[in-house]
Amino acid sequence: MSEPILATHNLTKRFGALVATDDVSIDLRRGEIHAIIGPNGAGKSTLIKQICGGLRPDAGRVAFNGRDVSHQGTAERARAGLGRTFQISELAMEDSVLENAVLGAIGAEAGAWRFWRPALKTRALIDRAEAALDRVGLADQRHMRCADLSHGQRRQLEVAVALTLAPKAFVMDEPMAGLGADGSKTMTGFLESLRDEAPILLVEHDMDAVFALADRISVLVYGKIIATGTVDQIRASKEVRDAYLGDAA
Amino acid sequence: MRLSEPLVNTIVLAGLLAVPLYALVVDEPFTITLATRAAILALAAVGLNILLGIGGLVSFGHAVFFGIGGYAMGILAFHAQTYTTLDLAVFTTEGTKSMPVIWLVAMGLSAAIAFLIGLLSLRTSGVYFIMITLAFGQMFFYFAISWAQYGGEDGLSIYVRNGFPGLNTLVPIQFFGICFTILCITLFLKARLQASSFGLALNAARQTPARVETVGLNPTRLKLLAFVISGAITGLAGALFADLNRFVSPTMFSWQLSGELIVLIIIGGVGRLMGPVIGACIFVALEHFLGGLTEFWHVYLGIILLCIVLFGRGGVIGLLTGKVGAHV
Ligand SMILES: Nc1ncnc2c1ncn2[C@@H]1O[C@H](COP(=O)(O)OP(=O)(O)OP(=O)(O)O)[C@@H](O)[C@H]1O
Ligand SMILES: [Mg+2]
Repeated sequence: MSEPILATHNLTKRFGALVATDDVSIDLRRGEIHAIIGPNGAGKSTLIKQICGGLRPDAGRVAFNGRDVSHQGTAERARAGLGRTFQISELAMEDSVLENAVLGAIGAEAGAWRFWRPALKTRALIDRAEAALDRVGLADQRHMRCADLSHGQRRQLEVAVALTLAPKAFVMDEPMAGLGADGSKTMTGFLESLRDEAPILLVEHDMDAVFALADRISVLVYGKIIATGTVDQIRASKEVRDAYLGDAA
Repeated sequence: MRLSEPLVNTIVLAGLLAVPLYALVVDEPFTITLATRAAILALAAVGLNILLGIGGLVSFGHAVFFGIGGYAMGILAFHAQTYTTLDLAVFTTEGTKSMPVIWLVAMGLSAAIAFLIGLLSLRTSGVYFIMITLAFGQMFFYFAISWAQYGGEDGLSIYVRNGFPGLNTLVPIQFFGICFTILCITLFLKARLQASSFGLALNAARQTPARVETVGLNPTRLKLLAFVISGAITGLAGALFADLNRFVSPTMFSWQLSGELIVLIIIGGVGRLMGPVIGACIFVALEHFLGGLTEFWHVYLGIILLCIVLFGRGGVIGLLTGKVGAHV
């Protein structure tokens, strides 16, 4: 087995007395979807923030693509190929859908230091942005203002912006959050198609989606990983059922 | 009303050009001076609008750059008119009366100071950012007051307006021409900047810095560069303002001036290309007409500002175009 594309080693983060991340070591292998599940407040988003660079761990390291990135900022990790989506959409609400995707394209081409040519008339940026919008099915909405999109469309746009970066690994924090049953199904199909492109570390509450997509699942409870295994192993685990899954398994 | 924005923009610029031309015909040089004042204040506010409108940063110390531009002009012209040398340790100069040279110095100094102030103040945000920029403004204000060599509290008078090759800058309409041309060029460049990749990224950094970071860009660096560009433009306006009055004093550094620049952007329309120009014209008109009637004309300015903030979020340009923001 080749070395994992992304790994955390003994990551620990405390907020006062609360240990939000407790000695977490997980990895993401090439070609896989690794789901992280756990109850509300288990520390999933906190873990994602440490992986992507927004939050500094108290102890432990993050390795990406064979390199220790613990001391790099968010932007640097993104440039190294980490594509992230947020639990709560982070989009430029006043701007159009296309402009949001073009922002990703500008990032991908490290092209923010261009002052003369209109971004929306730059072929390379538009092509990259529109290709990503096409793939998530937002091509027809590209001139809509982001604020006028439905909740589901914003989730799609989140993914599209990450796609413009052509990342080496995706880190997604609840991409199905707030999507209806149909929306979840569409998104599940879409993530399945992404698997070949880059592995996905997927935080998700939607168990149907997780069971359909995940190659491996890790269960996070009170900041600790209590189990990691295949879908069948996790469904069969008594400990997981007690701590989190209940009847869903 | 629902006028298209380019139409409004054209009318505004045409108006600002027509007033002094009319004044020339009917021989009212003071009106030309008023129009020049409006053009220069507009230029200063165009500079601030890059930071405020696109970057979303409320600098309450932009008078720093206005003052630096003013003093750059004042000091260089002072040495030239008194035939004294200005000793800057690394080199000495006799000063200059050449506008282009003064402008370059004003912009260069303002950009350098903006870089330093930006570096420090961008570590903060929100109200702390406002306070720290205000504090820098006050520092420069009190420094200028105590700078006895260059007039201290009384400021510096320059007897003859500085020169521009091929023009007689003492003729009001010619000096207006210079200021108006600079304003138009700056507006054009600002429009290009706003539509460029940098402008798009800066605009996103105002709305969602976390997103900008996750696409691999550094929002703080974007804002820092915006600060530098913004400071340089306001510095250039300061040099022109000093030349208009042939006088510089510490009031060019005052927080009231910083506040006025913000106010006239809000009146005109935050983030809109012509917002600062409309705001400056209204400001100068009120200052002149109401200022002649009552000392307390700022009260009326306050009322206008209040109405705009309460009822017309996009400023005057928002009312005219029926669009609250540049994008809406
Ligand atoms: N900046 C912070 N300061 C203090 N406590 C925090 C901070 N961020 C998160 N927490 C706490 O850490 C715990 C984990 O939060 P986190 O957002 O990571 O949970 P989560 O697993 O993502 O939950 P959810 O499923 O609701 O998204 C929670 O108890 C939360 O209140
Ligand atoms: Mg969360």
